[in-house]
Amino acid sequence: MTEPLIFEHSRPGRRAWAQSPAEQIDVDLPDELARTTPLGLPEVSELDAVRHYTRLSQKNFSIDTHFYPLGSCTMKYNPRACNTLAMLPEFLSRHPLAPENCSQGFMACMFELQEMLKDVTGMQGVSLTPMAGAQGEFAGVAMIRAYHDARGDTERREILVPDAAHGTNPATAVMCGCVAREIPTDDNGDVDIDALKAALGPQTAGIMLTNPSTLGVFERKIGEISKLVHDAGGLLYYDGANLNAILGKVRPGDMGFDVIHMNLHKTFSTPHGGGGPGSGAVGVSKRLLPFMPIPVVGKTDQDTYRWLREDDLPQTIGRLSTFMGNAGVLLRAYVYARLLGRDGMHRVAEFATLNANYLMARLSEAGFDLAFERRASHEFIITLKRQNKAVGVTATDFAKRLLDFGFHAPTVYFPLLVPECLLIEPTETESKEMLDGFVEAMIAIAKEAEDDIEQLRGAPYTTPVRRLDDVRAARQLDVKFEPAA
Amino acid sequence: MSEAPDNLKYAESHEWVQVDDGVATIGISDHAQDALGDLVFVEVPEVGATFDAGDAAAVVESVKAASDVYSPVSGEVIAVNEALADAPELINDEPYGEGWIMRIRMTDDDELDNLMDAEAYAARVTDDD
Repeated sequence: MTEPLIFEHSRPGRRAWAQSPAEQIDVDLPDELARTTPLGLPEVSELDAVRHYTRLSQKNFSIDTHFYPLGSCTMKYNPRACNTLAMLPEFLSRHPLAPENCSQGFMACMFELQEMLKDVTGMQGVSLTPMAGAQGEFAGVAMIRAYHDARGDTERREILVPDAAHGTNPATAVMCGCVAREIPTDDNGDVDIDALKAALGPQTAGIMLTNPSTLGVFERKIGEISKLVHDAGGLLYYDGANLNAILGKVRPGDMGFDVIHMNLHKTFSTPHGGGGPGSGAVGVSKRLLPFMPIPVVGKTDQDTYRWLREDDLPQTIGRLSTFMGNAGVLLRAYVYARLLGRDGMHRVAEFATLNANYLMARLSEAGFDLAFERRASHEFIITLKRQNKAVGVTATDFAKRLLDFGFHAPTVYFPLLVPECLLIEPTETESKEMLDGFVEAMIAIAKEAEDDIEQLRGAPYTTPVRRLDDVRAARQLDVKFEPAA
Repeated sequence: MSEAPDNLKYAESHEWVQVDDGVATIGISDHAQDALGDLVFVEVPEVGATFDAGDAAAVVESVKAASDVYSPVSGEVIAVNEALADAPELINDEPYGEGWIMRIRMTDDDELDNLMDAEAYAARVTDDD
């Protein structure tokens, strides 16, 4: 059943009296600026509002209700405790301009978070200040550029990016005044070393790698790549999108990376996918320590905490926002890291990888084609190219039909290199029963593709909205509510 | 099975070229439009822009992905298909006809030798599949 808009529930004169301000608030505005017509707000009772929004929330297909195997952007379960503790009034009520001596508790948490992230990534310094992944990437490449410039090495403007990279990587390079140059990957999903050698030179500022990559495989030649890039005078940037797969098991710092951004809103317990807020904390090697974005939390000789600013880091790339990142997201990350501990982090990586490999093995047994044979980290790709040729079924058909079986769709049509693909990431928190249920659904859909393709093409049948017109949705963006006449 | 007319030349990156009196009309192949799916947006270059062969010259965006369209030849853009702004589906419907993207006055006819004929392109596309 379609839920009407809150405006359609509106009736003149109806109000949520208990929620309304008791008195008219006087505002000192010149008469000519004051409105003469009432605001077009919905007029509803408290119960109308409660029921409307509760019904809407029940239509959500979310991680709280369903399996959500959305690959390449770890969409995992966020423990309730992280949210509860981050919402303590002492944290919520702290003003970002409060003096340091009134912020020692919060700053202690942030200092410890910096230290824990250094430990889990093997980096020498961490700045929590970037507000989201894109800003973390920006900060990372800006630091690489600042490093070269500080050495008078100002011709290094080329950033190498594998063709399997996130689209944000080349965009970041351009935002930082560099040029992106694409490096091919070979059939196994590894960077093509010969192509890399040919591309390296005195113009190379660095390389941006996601490891494990968006193809769901661990870059096995990372040691060699690291040596080649460093020997050519470039630096290595680690895109932390898939950090969940390796948390503490392998450390980007040990692989030779100079800078890493971590999507704390993915890997460290903030619900993501709602468009923010996020956190793109950056970790750096010794080379890049002087360039970290400010502020960073420092510890004094008296074991108190203070903000490190431009005086402390004169070569900093500067501030990325008015204050220090999104405090609430950082607090959730802090609680999550403390709940897990170092051993727990390892187990996250182990179970994320085990679950992915179990699901991959079962789907492969069930007759699905893997894009990359027998190698998965925390996610893997199946391609429906063969089924598409045979019966015309598409990845979209599978994605839509899965909803009817009670599973959110995996990522479809990404990475672009693989035709009719599903990128599947079960994450560490799903049970064997849930994974088995997903396999059963996939088998049933594959059978339906052969027996009754029209039925499949009509899916989903059980959701509040059925299959959408993707083309119209992308082209006609001017959607607005018109009250019934 | 996608089509590849005999009278055109094709690039590795799936553009087609038809040359008439030093002017190259350029679009994307039937195979390319099929792989992209329903197009929702096309960004054409400005008339007067100049490109080297292999430069990204236009962008096609479908419900699945956005892709660069590379100019297979060097030269100056002398016309673009304005109709694509309101009807990107022309490329899906008639990739070799009404769905053309741009016309370029070529500066180096020899570049055509780097392109494939229909037979070679059809074989290349079959390899892909």
